[in-house]
Amino acid sequence: MDYLDELEAEAIYILREVAGQFEKPALLFSGGKDSITIVHLALKAFRPGKFPFPLVHIDTGHNFEETITYRDEMIARIGEKLIVGHVQDDIDAGNAIEQKGKNASRNQLQTVTLLNTIAKHKFDACIGGARRDEEKARAKERIFSVRDEFGQWDPKRQRPELWNLYNGKIHTGENVRVFPISNWTELDVWNYIRRENIPLPTIYFAHEREVITRGGQYMAASPFLNLDEDDLIERKNVRFRTVGDMTCTAAVESNAHHIDDIINEISASRVSERGARMDDKVSEAAMEDRKKGGYF
Amino acid sequence: MNILKLLTAGSVDDGKSTLIGRLLYDSEAILIDQLEALQRSNRKNDDGTIDLAILTDGLKAEREQGITIDVAYKYFQTEKRKFIIADTPGHIQYTRNMVTGASNSNLAIILVDARKGVIEQTIRHTFLVSLLGLPQVVVAVNKMDMVDFDEKVFDTIVADYKKLAAKVGLENVAYIPVSALKGDNIVFESKRTPWYKGSSLLAHLETVEIPVDTQSEHARFPVQWIIRPQTDELHDYRGYAGRVSSGSFRVNDKVTVLPSGFSSTISQIELYDQEPALATAGMSVTLHLADEIDISRGDILVSAENTPHVSKQIETDLCWMDTRALDTTQTYFLQHNSRITRCRIQEILYKFNINTLEKAYDEDFKLNDIGRIIIKTADALAFDFYQDNNANGGAILIDARTNVTVGALMFRANAE
Ligand SMILES: Nc1nc2c(ncn2[C@@H]2O[C@H](COP(=O)(O)OP(=O)(O)O)[C@@H](O)[C@H]2O)c(=O)[nH]1
Repeated sequence: MDYLDELEAEAIYILREVAGQFEKPALLFSGGKDSITIVHLALKAFRPGKFPFPLVHIDTGHNFEETITYRDEMIARIGEKLIVGHVQDDIDAGNAIEQKGKNASRNQLQTVTLLNTIAKHKFDACIGGARRDEEKARAKERIFSVRDEFGQWDPKRQRPELWNLYNGKIHTGENVRVFPISNWTELDVWNYIRRENIPLPTIYFAHEREVITRGGQYMAASPFLNLDEDDLIERKNVRFRTVGDMTCTAAVESNAHHIDDIINEISASRVSERGARMDDKVSEAAMEDRKKGGYF
Repeated sequence: MNILKLLTAGSVDDGKSTLIGRLLYDSEAILIDQLEALQRSNRKNDDGTIDLAILTDGLKAEREQGITIDVAYKYFQTEKRKFIIADTPGHIQYTRNMVTGASNSNLAIILVDARKGVIEQTIRHTFLVSLLGLPQVVVAVNKMDMVDFDEKVFDTIVADYKKLAAKVGLENVAYIPVSALKGDNIVFESKRTPWYKGSSLLAHLETVEIPVDTQSEHARFPVQWIIRPQTDELHDYRGYAGRVSSGSFRVNDKVTVLPSGFSSTISQIELYDQEPALATAGMSVTLHLADEIDISRGDILVSAENTPHVSKQIETDLCWMDTRALDTTQTYFLQHNSRITRCRIQEILYKFNINTLEKAYDEDFKLNDIGRIIIKTADALAFDFYQDNNANGGAILIDARTNVTVGALMFRANAE
C-alpha cells in the first residue's frame, strides 16, 4: 500500500471506532488544514450515511475572516451539523478573563470554552487534528487520550495502546480526545490534500497583507492586536502555515500560490510548523503544560 | 513509497536515544528550529558535541528526572521510505512499553553494547520480539568505537546471538556493527569497519521487506459500523464499514459471518467514490452482501473457505501491564477487534522467566509478568492463533473497575 493510502485507511478506521464506541462524539473543527483533512476522511468513513457526530468550532472571535467563510461554505456543502462555542460568551459570563498587554491572545481562553462546550453537550469523545510530529510532548500522545472531568491530561495515566485496539471505556464525566491523524506529518497532510484535491481557506496561499513584526515573526495586523508606537505596519506577501487565533498565528513570507509551491517550500524550509506559533515559543515545556490544562 | 514501523530495544545506556537521534540527524530529518532548541540546551557530550539523545526526550517530568517513561513516536522519511519509530526506553516499566511498541511495529532494532555482548536484557528483548511475532529484527552492535572496531568482538556477539535467535525461533535477523555516537554504519557506511560487507542501518531499513498477508483464504473483516442512510433514494442501502485485517476480499467471494455462522457473497466493495475490485489487508472499505443478514458491530466477515476458531475458552499468552496484580476472582473486559465481551481467568498454566526463558509455576501475575493462561469469555470469539495471524489473534484486557488496559493477550490454542 502507498503510504498515503495506509495513513488514510488508519484514520478512517479510527473514526469508525469512535462512532462504534462512543455515545456522543464530536469533531472539533478549527478551520485549519488538519481538521479540514479530518472532515474529508469522515466523508470517506461514513458516506453515503451522515456523520455520527456534529462538528464543533471553538470561536475565539479573533478569526481570520477567510476561515469563517470557508467554514460556512463547507458546512453548506457537506450538510452536517455545526455547533459553535464562543469564547466571547465565556468572557461576558466572567468564566474567562481577557489577557492584557502587547502579546494578549485568546488562545489560552479557548480551553475554558472548549471544556464548557464539552460539558454542556455531554460529549464523551472529541476528535481532533493533532499530530505526533508537531511537538515533543505530542510524540507520546495516544490515539485515544483519556481526560478527566477537568479536561486534564495526565501523562502517567495514559493507557497502553496495543495493535489497533483502542480502549474507549471511560467513567461518567471523563472524555476521550481522539487523534486520527496522529501518525501523519505536516508534509503528509499537504500531499494528501493535493492528492484528494481538498479545497482550503485562501490564507494558506500567498497573498499581500498588512503585517507587523513580533518576536522576529510576521503577525497579521488586525484590530485584535494591541499595537504601540514601536509597531511598524508593512505590506508583505505572506501565507500562513497554521490557522488559529489571529493574535498568535504567525505568517511566513511566501510566493506560494499553488499547493505544489507550498509543498516545495515546506520540503525546503525545514522550520517546523509549530515554530510559526508564538504560543509555543514561550517555553520548551509550554505545550505540555497546556495539554495538562485541557487544551488539545 | 510505503511505511516501515520500527522499534528500538536495549537496556538503559546502550545508546537507543543516541541511535535514533543519529538516524534523524544524519538523514537531515531534524528541522532547523528543533536543531536550534537542541543547540540552546545545555546538555552536551563530553567532547562538546550536541547530545543527540535529547531529540527523543519528551515530557517535562522526564527531562527533570533525566529518564524517559513511556513510548514516544518519531517520524522521518527518506526518498525510499517513511519511518515511524516507537522509542521505548529502558527501565522498570520496560516490558510493558516494549510490548506496546512491538505490537505496532514491523521491525525491531535490538541494541547490544559491544563491550557487554549478549546479556540478560538482550535475552529478554529477544523473547518479547518473538512473543509479539515481529517479522524482522536487526541486531545493532553499538559502541564499536569503544572496542576499536574489532571484528572479533562483533563476530563473537553475532555467534552468541544466533544461538539465542534459534532458541526463540527468530528467523530474519540482520547484524550491523555501529557507533551511534560517532555515526559509523548508521546512515553512512563506515571506513572503520572494512571487514563488514553489509549495508548501513538506514540502507537496510530502506530496503528490508515488510511482509503483508494478502492471501484470499486469510480474509478477515471485523465490522466496525453499519452504514444505513435510510433516505428515500438509499432506502435499502446497507453497508458494512470496517478495515480488512488480513487477507483479501473480491466481489463474488463467498464469506461467512461469525459468530452467527451465516453465509453470503460479497456483492460490492466501496471506498467512498470508488469501487475497488479487491480489498486487501489494511484497507478501510465498505462491504455489501448479496443476502440480507443480521450483522452488527463486533461481528467478523471471513473467507468461507477458511474460517477461524469460534470458542469461549482460549489458551493464551498474557502480558500483564498494570501495577495492580491480576485478580482471578474478577471479571475483566476483553476487546478483540470490534467486539468487547466479559471474561474470567480460568487457569494460570505457567509464567515465563523472561531472563532465562524457563517456565515457572506461580500464581501471581504482576506488572510486566508474562505467561500462559486459559480464559473463559461470555460471548464466543472468532479468532485465529496469534502465531498464524497476528491481526486476528491479539486482544486486550480491560479492568472493569478502572477501565484501564491491563493486559495484552496473544491467543495460542483453542481450549474448548
Ligand atoms: N562511545 C560511545 N558512546 C555511546 C554510543 N552510543 C551512545 N553512547 C553514549 O552512551 C550513553 C547512553 O546513551 P543513550 O543514547 O542516552 O542511551 P539509552 O539509555 O539507551 O537511550 C550516552 O552517554 C551516549 O553518549 C556509541 O556508539 N559510542
